[in-house]
Amino acid sequence: MRIKNWFDSGEPYIWLNAGAVSLSVIMVAGLIMLIMARGLGHFWPADIAAFDYTDSDGAVISLAGEFVDDESVSRARLAVKDNRIPADMEIINRRLVKIGNRDYFGLDYRWVLDVAMNNLSYPATIMAVERREWGNFYGYLKAIKENGEVVNVAPGWEVFQRYISASAAISEEIHHIEKDLIGAVNYKMERLRLTEKGLALKNEPAESPAYRDIESQRVALQGEYDGFTDRLAGLYEKLDRASFIALLADGQEAEIRFAKVVRAYRPNAMGVTDKIIFYFEKLWEFVSDDPREANTEGGIFPAIFGTILMVMIMAVLVTPFGVVAAIYLREYARQGPLTRLIRIAVNNLAGVPSVVYGVFGLGFFVYFLGGTIDELFFVESLPAPTFGTPGIMWASLTLAILTVPVVIVSTEEGLARVPRAVREGSLALGATKAETLWRTVLPMTASAMMTGLILAVARAAGEVAPLMLVGVVKLAPSMPLDGNFPFLHLDRKFMHLGFHIYDVGFQSPNVEAARPLVYATAFLLVLIIICLNLTAIKIRNTLREKYRAAEQN
Amino acid sequence: MRYMMALGGISVIIAIVLIAFYLLYVVLPMFKPARIEQVASYPLPGGASTETLYYAMEEQHEIGLRVTADGSVVFFRTMDGSLARRQFLAEETLANFTAFAAGDPSQRLLAAGLDDGTALLALHEYHVTYPNDVRVIAPRIDWPLGKIPVKVDESGRAITMIAAQSDQDQTTIAALTEDYRLLLVNRVEEESFLGDEGEVKITKSEIPVTDKVTYLLMDVEHRELYVAERGGIISYYDISDKAEPKLTQRVQAVTTPTEITSLAFLSGGISILVGDSHGNITQWFPVRDAENNYTLEKIRSFNSQSARIVAIAPEYFRKGFLAVDDDGYSGIYHATAHRTVKLEKLSDNKPTRLAIAPRANAALVENNAGMLEFWRIDNEHPEISWSSIWGKVWYESRERPEYIWQSSSASSDFEPKFSLTPLVYGTLKAAFYAMLFAVPMAIMGAIYTAYFMSARMRGIVKPTIEIMEALPTVILGFLAGLWFAPFVEQNMPGLFLCLFLLPISIIIAAYGWSRLPDPVRHKIPEGWEAALLLPVIIGAGVISFGLGQPLELALFAGNMPMWLTDELGITYDQRNSLVVGLAMGFAVIPTIFSISEDAVYGVPRHLTTSSLALGATPWQTMVRVVLLTASPGIFSAIMIGLGRAVGETMIVLMATGNTPVMDLNIFEGFRALSANIAVEMPESEVGSTHYRILFLAGLVLFLATFMFNTVAEIVRQRLRVKYSSL
Repeated sequence: MRIKNWFDSGEPYIWLNAGAVSLSVIMVAGLIMLIMARGLGHFWPADIAAFDYTDSDGAVISLAGEFVDDESVSRARLAVKDNRIPADMEIINRRLVKIGNRDYFGLDYRWVLDVAMNNLSYPATIMAVERREWGNFYGYLKAIKENGEVVNVAPGWEVFQRYISASAAISEEIHHIEKDLIGAVNYKMERLRLTEKGLALKNEPAESPAYRDIESQRVALQGEYDGFTDRLAGLYEKLDRASFIALLADGQEAEIRFAKVVRAYRPNAMGVTDKIIFYFEKLWEFVSDDPREANTEGGIFPAIFGTILMVMIMAVLVTPFGVVAAIYLREYARQGPLTRLIRIAVNNLAGVPSVVYGVFGLGFFVYFLGGTIDELFFVESLPAPTFGTPGIMWASLTLAILTVPVVIVSTEEGLARVPRAVREGSLALGATKAETLWRTVLPMTASAMMTGLILAVARAAGEVAPLMLVGVVKLAPSMPLDGNFPFLHLDRKFMHLGFHIYDVGFQSPNVEAARPLVYATAFLLVLIIICLNLTAIKIRNTLREKYRAAEQN
Repeated sequence: MRYMMALGGISVIIAIVLIAFYLLYVVLPMFKPARIEQVASYPLPGGASTETLYYAMEEQHEIGLRVTADGSVVFFRTMDGSLARRQFLAEETLANFTAFAAGDPSQRLLAAGLDDGTALLALHEYHVTYPNDVRVIAPRIDWPLGKIPVKVDESGRAITMIAAQSDQDQTTIAALTEDYRLLLVNRVEEESFLGDEGEVKITKSEIPVTDKVTYLLMDVEHRELYVAERGGIISYYDISDKAEPKLTQRVQAVTTPTEITSLAFLSGGISILVGDSHGNITQWFPVRDAENNYTLEKIRSFNSQSARIVAIAPEYFRKGFLAVDDDGYSGIYHATAHRTVKLEKLSDNKPTRLAIAPRANAALVENNAGMLEFWRIDNEHPEISWSSIWGKVWYESRERPEYIWQSSSASSDFEPKFSLTPLVYGTLKAAFYAMLFAVPMAIMGAIYTAYFMSARMRGIVKPTIEIMEALPTVILGFLAGLWFAPFVEQNMPGLFLCLFLLPISIIIAAYGWSRLPDPVRHKIPEGWEAALLLPVIIGAGVISFGLGQPLELALFAGNMPMWLTDELGITYDQRNSLVVGLAMGFAVIPTIFSISEDAVYGVPRHLTTSSLALGATPWQTMVRVVLLTASPGIFSAIMIGLGRAVGETMIVLMATGNTPVMDLNIFEGFRALSANIAVEMPESEVGSTHYRILFLAGLVLFLATFMFNTVAEIVRQRLRVKYSSL
């Protein structure tokens, strides 16, 4: 009876509604924590376990690797007859081990059954070697070779590390020469080729001095280029000299050249402080380095850079438009059917699916506008398109249209909150309408505009679907901003954090290996977007209070 | 200043109009009717004294070719009919031409039957050079099997009808002799391992026929032979075994007194087109039945013309064709689209022969006035029609009419399948499951947050929901695809257990709370129920997933997805609609939540207070007063949420298998319009039908969301007026 009364009072329904809120909050928090745990956990130097393992064919092998995941599955899900599992065991525990050594095993990861594991230990001397190819190597250091001869039979860890840093220094120099210096030469060569072609298109006579000038520049550049290649050859020879021999867990010998080594560490021998230092080094590498191995290793600096640059160009484009449109709507337009129509239009624009903007951007900006620009200004490089192909400018422009409603709505809200008394005061003192607007109203709405801009930036940073059509690539050969004149290359393609997540997570040949990095990238993106949004919310709330106070005075 | 501002305002409208119109601008050419015009007319090149056997053109339709009954091949310029070159097919024999046919047009094979029982095969070839940047086309005749005719009939009787196909591997000739024997000769050059002269293997057989044969057709794969007879009968032979051709079927293609007046293959050599004496054209192709037997079926018919169909010229690379009739009408058709693209009478003369250019942009028509007409055809997108985009279409080699989206394939004579129906279905399916999850969650949450929650907690919850809204969908999609989909597969019983356990545990906890002594209850002020429920929900979740595995062992033989497939026959994909529904629901919840929360919160206080004063409980007030008043706002919230779900791209792209299946099964995937655009757009060729179809998909999305948003916006504006009047 009491229960019936309780139900009649409607209490349980209220609680159920409350449950929906709690569940939503739990989902948001859980999602963010999941990304954070998986993304940030990746950089921690996990201990390397070594153990004997009875394989499905009964053979016993020695494996070494990091435990990544574990789960308990029912026998039915394993779906194989397995002699190693006791007959009465229905739930089986298994672990995912990163065994690395892809060049020896074919796969980085492997599920192992707990029941078939023996002699688990964490030897202090086992090391993890991060390589430029084939992923991590796990094994024991045995000897160091130079020019094919063993020079150190039982090398100390410090000696080994010295070799690594020596070769890293050479690698860095090679990278600098190849990417920056030779890249610049190639860029200039390409400019020369285009200038020459442009001259030919203008029917410049073949004996004109312009050609001779180009030729002499080309010779100079070629000389520079040859100098670089000579230096490179020397460096490569030096780099290739040293290698080391290591033992895999099962006793196989492997020879690895130092040139291929990024870093080596012995996590089992590291203390907590060492691990923390190591952790932050890895974290820094992640945000500051170029990607390696088809984006599954290394850093994501180009993606961060591309995202920021794209968003900045977009902000430059979107702010004036959005603000002007908002001012028109709120201050100048007669409030009638037309403004109502514009409002509906703005709201509609906000609701149009982002991929439709991408379609529009590709068709209108890239093929139509870009194609026209190419025909008018870049005839010499045709048929290779300059602006008639997806690039950072079109991506920014497309996202600018996509986010303009956000700026409009936010600015309008700010304008609406400016107290009437302020405007009237200004007008009463003899200021014109434009002066009032410019000197008093707009400064007061600055933070509202800022809010709109931040929200627009946050939206643009996370948007991927339209970018896939108008300019984003999985691996950009050169950055849209570099040391070559005119420095900012609006026609170039770029990398983007959101697209990086999609591409590495879903298009990568080795999804398992890429997964931790995708989580880390996702965490970075979420972090950026949450920070931007919280800032916007904060500004907006302070603003509202400020005006509420102003109105009350 | 004023004008500058106006400019800014107007430019926003322009942007919207521009988006809509640009999409339309790209889409519209698809529905533009074809154009056909006569550009030249001249006396038959090479003289009208001998009868024409065959016309053809090369890729650029600059050079035409006319084969005449005396065995000469006349190459001429199509613009003015001037002679480019003349060659004789039969240079090494004195026998006369008694039959002639062409092989698959894109292979440019010519086959002639001679009066001594032999046959001659030739190819017309064109060598294109660009001296001084001017295109020069040099035509010539090649003899793939040599200039000496191949013996077909051992008894040496004249050949009256012929059909032939030849490629690198083999050559097959079907020939009808004057004493009504249908002979089949197959010649295979077997490559020897030493790489020198291969051995030639010849297979011969004979097919009994009547004296009424009117047409012979052999497909490009050398597998099927069609023999048409007077009386409208088509015999369909399986000749994949050349030594033993089998009569598969005899079909009454047209009923007497109507007669078959032309017979041709559609490009690809799967369908045949039958033109009859009443102007009807029907498409037929072999259809496989359940027992793997092929029967020739009438697929569709075109009844636009009304006089005897004189000739049918199929396009080389598309499934379209051109047909001319005795009244001088010419029709452009597309088979897959079941569309008469154009029907026009270009001249009063009766056409007698017809040829189409390889790119389907020109045609040659000989008329009974002894003139050859050269037509230009502008027909970019014949494959689009209402039925081919939205309806069921019976595609070649399929068992029945179906909705299929399959835009590209490796082979060039592939029949593109542009049905948007499975994609729209996928989009709606995703939206449906997402709304199923999001609408109750969001509205219940909004009701509580706006009406029952304490102000301080509201200050925490609202930003949280805003953050939820701001989360990039690529992250939701990636989590759904890489984490949640495997998680669901592993913990399915737990997930379903959650569905029951969560509400029950909430109610039990609530009841327990109401039974607690007052001092304890008063420690927590009203409006903090949601916070109290946090541990309850987490606990219920942990228990559900903990119980999941034992439950699965006990009820589902330890593997629920497998059990679903084995016991219930439900296919299970890892990335399925359930995953998408939950992930996209997550993305849509904040949208619906925010707007309906605004609507509920905006209900004037005096309405609720008076209801409470009259003795209604808070819940009664909520249901009878607040919800009723706010219902238009909630409706508009749902509309906007729906708009977002329909247009969402990254989640559906990453969390489904993207196979365009049409099935309501929650455990199967789908392919949505938006994901389809994102995947295929970068690869589609600018200006192609595929490109325009994708724009059409974009336009459909644009219009759908435009509609949802406009309705929502209008409802919301009305509600605002209503609130202010209350």
